[in-house]
Amino acid sequence: MEKSIEVHNLTVSYHSKPVLWDVDFTLPKGKIIGIVGPNGSGKTTMLKTVMGLLKPDSGYTEIFGEPLDNVRERVSYVPQRESVDWDFPADVMDVVLMGRYRKNNLFKRITKEDRRIATEALEKVNLLEFAHRQISQLSGGQQQRVFIARSLAQQADIYLMDEPFVGVDAATEDAILKLLRDMKNEGKTVVIVHHDLQTANEYFDWIVLLNTRLVAAGPREEVFTKELLQEAYGGRLTVLSKLGDLIGSTEFPLREPDFKEDKPE
Amino acid sequence: MDPIFLKVLLGTMLLASSAAVVGAFSYLKQQSLVGDAIAHALLPGVVLAFILGEGRHPVYLIFGALVAGLVAHYGISYIQQRTKLKSDTAVSLVLSTFFGFGIMLMSYVQRLGQGQQAGLERYLLGKAAAITMLDVYTFSGLAVLLLVGVGLFYKGFQLMTFNEDFAHAIGLPVGFIRLTFTVLTVLAVTIGIQTVGVVLMAALLITPSAAARAWTKSLPAMLGIAALIAALSAAAGTLISSSIPKMPTGPWVVLVLGMLGFGSLLFAPEKGLLFKRRRARAHRAKTLRENLLKLLYSQEERQEKSVQLSLKGMMEIRAMRDEDVRRGLRDLMKRLWIVERSSTSEAHGPSYGLTEMGRVEGRRVVRLHRLWELYLTERLGMAADHIHPQAETMEHVITPEIESLLIKELGTPERDPHQSLIPYENE
Repeated sequence: MEKSIEVHNLTVSYHSKPVLWDVDFTLPKGKIIGIVGPNGSGKTTMLKTVMGLLKPDSGYTEIFGEPLDNVRERVSYVPQRESVDWDFPADVMDVVLMGRYRKNNLFKRITKEDRRIATEALEKVNLLEFAHRQISQLSGGQQQRVFIARSLAQQADIYLMDEPFVGVDAATEDAILKLLRDMKNEGKTVVIVHHDLQTANEYFDWIVLLNTRLVAAGPREEVFTKELLQEAYGGRLTVLSKLGDLIGSTEFPLREPDFKEDKPE
Repeated sequence: MDPIFLKVLLGTMLLASSAAVVGAFSYLKQQSLVGDAIAHALLPGVVLAFILGEGRHPVYLIFGALVAGLVAHYGISYIQQRTKLKSDTAVSLVLSTFFGFGIMLMSYVQRLGQGQQAGLERYLLGKAAAITMLDVYTFSGLAVLLLVGVGLFYKGFQLMTFNEDFAHAIGLPVGFIRLTFTVLTVLAVTIGIQTVGVVLMAALLITPSAAARAWTKSLPAMLGIAALIAALSAAAGTLISSSIPKMPTGPWVVLVLGMLGFGSLLFAPEKGLLFKRRRARAHRAKTLRENLLKLLYSQEERQEKSVQLSLKGMMEIRAMRDEDVRRGLRDLMKRLWIVERSSTSEAHGPSYGLTEMGRVEGRRVVRLHRLWELYLTERLGMAADHIHPQAETMEHVITPEIESLLIKELGTPERDPHQSLIPYENE
């Protein structure tokens, strides 16, 4: 199996309260992969840590066998739609062009090629006619597609999307799904944070079942079993969450920050 | 005009513009208070520079302000990250402590009885008349630098403001961009206090953008308009304050800014309050018109012939205010959607009937009403006795585009949930 993302003994906390405990898994290339779990199970935290937006207490992640910084241009990230202020003065094209921003063109003007790629991305999500629409005037589904278009404009090999199906209408959901399958057929890897069990089964080839700790990770048929789902969704893990609260309130350092467990040199 | 005064005037306009352009990003980040805190925090830096620099050379002053501003900024971030205090508490804490310290230092300088102390006071409320030529040149140079900086970092600032996580994710040097923005903000405040003083600085950072936002939806245009508004206010403030002895500039600049700001909120297209009110009034008039047409059309439908109704007759069928009906009828006649037919009975006043144009409109409203009722029962599973009030509202809202979608989705239905025929235009 060719590897896309590797997560090694990852522990992450928010305000010194652990949200992920010792999570460890490897994901394949060229699949549509769902990170699934109940609310507050650490799915978004997982994604943000892989993207380097949160610092883990211990453990590390790699993409295509390398640290993120070496492969940034091959990785694309779609944050949650609600994480930005859609009243920001920008039109659809402005936002999609942000997908073309790079460290090495930060001080340069947007090129014709950037515009061409952005236009193509808009075409793929069927929003070309809205290119000059204010982003504040878009519906939820359209906003989500703008974010996906921006991500497509990055022309990456792996796409990490945080809840792209939340608050979108059925037609958009189908359109997004079709797009994801096209991407997969082109050999891209798509990793999606998703909370809806009903649809998870039909959307994903591979599933990571998460509830603060890793419940299971593997091909859908192996993971989507009654026992494992019950384990992930059946009730809160009382001891673990109590311990988390305790650690949060007393601010114990969970582990020494520079303690790197079995990190290979 | 005196050429020296002209230079001061142009200088203050440039200073205010550059401060407003940098402030625009604070405004968009919803960090208006931070600018205020930095402005107040500059006071001790400026006074210390004055004491140590033995005079008020602008370079000492810029340096003092920069140090004080950065210390204040990072002090706020430190408190936010390391304590459980809310961010507004952290901001106020830093603001008042620094400002208090500054005032204390100022009284100390005053007690020393230094002659130039009067020059320090202008940093509280601004005094354009006290600006020296050296100040004008130095700060104008800095202002130009600031504008160039914003131009260079435009992409970085834009993305940092809109979606910082994404900027991080694509590997932009977010820490460096943020540091640059902080330095530019502190410099903008240093420049701005020459015009308005530390107390009123927040207004110069924020108000131009708040006003500009009402006029445009594009970021570059917003920056331009904010700069223009700031320049106009600075010019007005400078002119007024220099024609009245002992008058500080800051309050006048801020007053003019405030007027432009409120004016924008009132008069701007689309977002302005007047525009919204006018739009609401237009919609009410449309609703009234369509209700009258619907009334006449339904009567024709029921009686299967063309119908004339007097004002009284209409009000017997539908409860409406007398003056509303009169206004609506006048409006409809102007559009030639109804005409006055020869009155049948003098006692009831004139009668009105639909023209063919009015009939088409009336039919459309009735059609929308029934289509929407059907949609509510069929697609949203609502009970047939609950849908009428909703349809009364939506019939005035549905656009032709949505209408054709409705017809398509419902499969060109024949009857509504109450078994009334849905009237279409003859093919």
